[in-house]
Amino acid sequence: MSAHQPLPEVQAPTRPARQRWWVIRGELPRAAIWGLATAGLLLPLLIWWAYTAAGLANPMFMPGPDAVLARVGRWWSDESLLADIGISVYRVMTGFLASALFALPLGLYIGTYRPVQAFLEPLTDFIRYMPAVAFIPLVMLWVGIDESSKVLIIFIGTFFQMVLMVAEDVRRVPMAQIEAAQTMGASRSEIVKLVVLPSARPALLDTLRITCGWAWTYLVVAELVAANSGLGYAILKAQRYMQTDKIFAGIILIGVIGLLTDQAFRWLGRAAFPWLKR
Amino acid sequence: MSDAKIKIRQVSKVFKTRDRDVQALQDINLDIQRNEFITFVGASGCGKSTLLRSIGGLEQHSRGEILLDGRAVNGPGIDRAMVFQHYSLYPWLNVMQNIKFCRQLKVVADTVKSDGDIECASGRADALLNLMGLSAFHQAYPNQLSGGMQQRVAIARALMPKPEILLMDEPFGALDAQTREVMHDLIRHVHRLEKSTILFVTHDVEEAIYLGGRVVLMAPRPGRIDTIYDVPLPAERNQDMKLSAEFLKLKREILARIRETSGMSTDLELLEQLTRTQPLAL
Repeated sequence: MSAHQPLPEVQAPTRPARQRWWVIRGELPRAAIWGLATAGLLLPLLIWWAYTAAGLANPMFMPGPDAVLARVGRWWSDESLLADIGISVYRVMTGFLASALFALPLGLYIGTYRPVQAFLEPLTDFIRYMPAVAFIPLVMLWVGIDESSKVLIIFIGTFFQMVLMVAEDVRRVPMAQIEAAQTMGASRSEIVKLVVLPSARPALLDTLRITCGWAWTYLVVAELVAANSGLGYAILKAQRYMQTDKIFAGIILIGVIGLLTDQAFRWLGRAAFPWLKR
Repeated sequence: MSDAKIKIRQVSKVFKTRDRDVQALQDINLDIQRNEFITFVGASGCGKSTLLRSIGGLEQHSRGEILLDGRAVNGPGIDRAMVFQHYSLYPWLNVMQNIKFCRQLKVVADTVKSDGDIECASGRADALLNLMGLSAFHQAYPNQLSGGMQQRVAIARALMPKPEILLMDEPFGALDAQTREVMHDLIRHVHRLEKSTILFVTHDVEEAIYLGGRVVLMAPRPGRIDTIYDVPLPAERNQDMKLSAEFLKLKREILARIRETSGMSTDLELLEQLTRTQPLAL
């Protein structure tokens, strides 16, 4: 015997549910995301323009967007902006890549083997807190004032943070993935090569993306060291001549380059790891 | 009993923590026969997972010995595959690549002597894919699969190197009840087909009885074997048997024993006390 109950009858066609925005960790349509991102970038620009155009600020202290844009134009045509960008990108990228070259294997070992972790992590933590700027006199004494000194400052600023983040990425590889390989007879080196590294790749790329941003923040510091070119150097020189518009231009240009690099990393992640998509 | 596949003799394990030592396993003695399907149940903390992991070589026991065909276990090996509750699949590899993972490993690659062996291995991978009902998904990534399908991939991957022993640590613990029933019949089918020895840890008594030829009931504090039950069901099983008198009798018996050994009786007293007290006036 079974007792089925009738389902309630549908009275009227129901309306589709409204998209709700304020849901904790909720979803949002793509168009809305792009719209908000653009608004978030343009709004400060608009406020800045309105504020200066209304004559509320002394142009000596705060030039308007138009003045800054004009300065970028002159910088491009009269003062080799492209060369400044080129040398700065070269310094940041060399320092960053050198840092990655050492931090990736070292972090991998710290995150994989306890003895290496116990031996190196406290030291790394210790050095990590030392201000990179304070190394400038030593760097000048030891490696001189040529390109390598600027690269080294960026390296010092990035490397120690990067090592610890890489180690953490490696430690986050689920133990079950490693143990599954062990019960299939994998050796230690096979586990590192076939499980730990591939599993940590997305997290590692994210670490590189974040530390690349940090490398840019050390640019101005690095170009304090007897530089005569570069975006950071241009900002420092503009300070001497009270060219606030050029300071603005330099800072904004670094921001734009950073934003583009960041997007490039994100795109790379989507292209390289299609399996992350659900 | 001297030809037992797995012999566990006086095995003890102590976990040392900062403020106290926990006796995870105490004097475990057990013989497991070739081609047996044996299940382990017990309250949490009874050491059933620890015992399984010790047999798998993933955990080092403090005293006693575990012998496989007379040889002592020393670390994990390809003869003992393990299926975990979750997070063990490789999300960057598709279903087929996951199943074939062991083929890249030296221990497995060394056994390949001819093209025939390679063909044979590919055939086995295809056969396992079919057996697990995953043919249509061989190129899908684990992220795109349901929990039940993911566990089927994990089982196929574990079976790929033809392990003599299959260790399963609550493999269906995260699945819903319907998927679980399907998996039960599937894993029993695998057992018949592959003739492997299966050790299966679960906290679900019904699962333990339905799957096992024997059910080992373990008890906590210290982790030990309490009782071993023979399951009075034929080798060929179907879901209807879960409603049979023998099944329900054994289930009731095991549940009662788990309650007695788990220290949950105090919880039950608390519950009774709660029902007797007046509703809280908040």
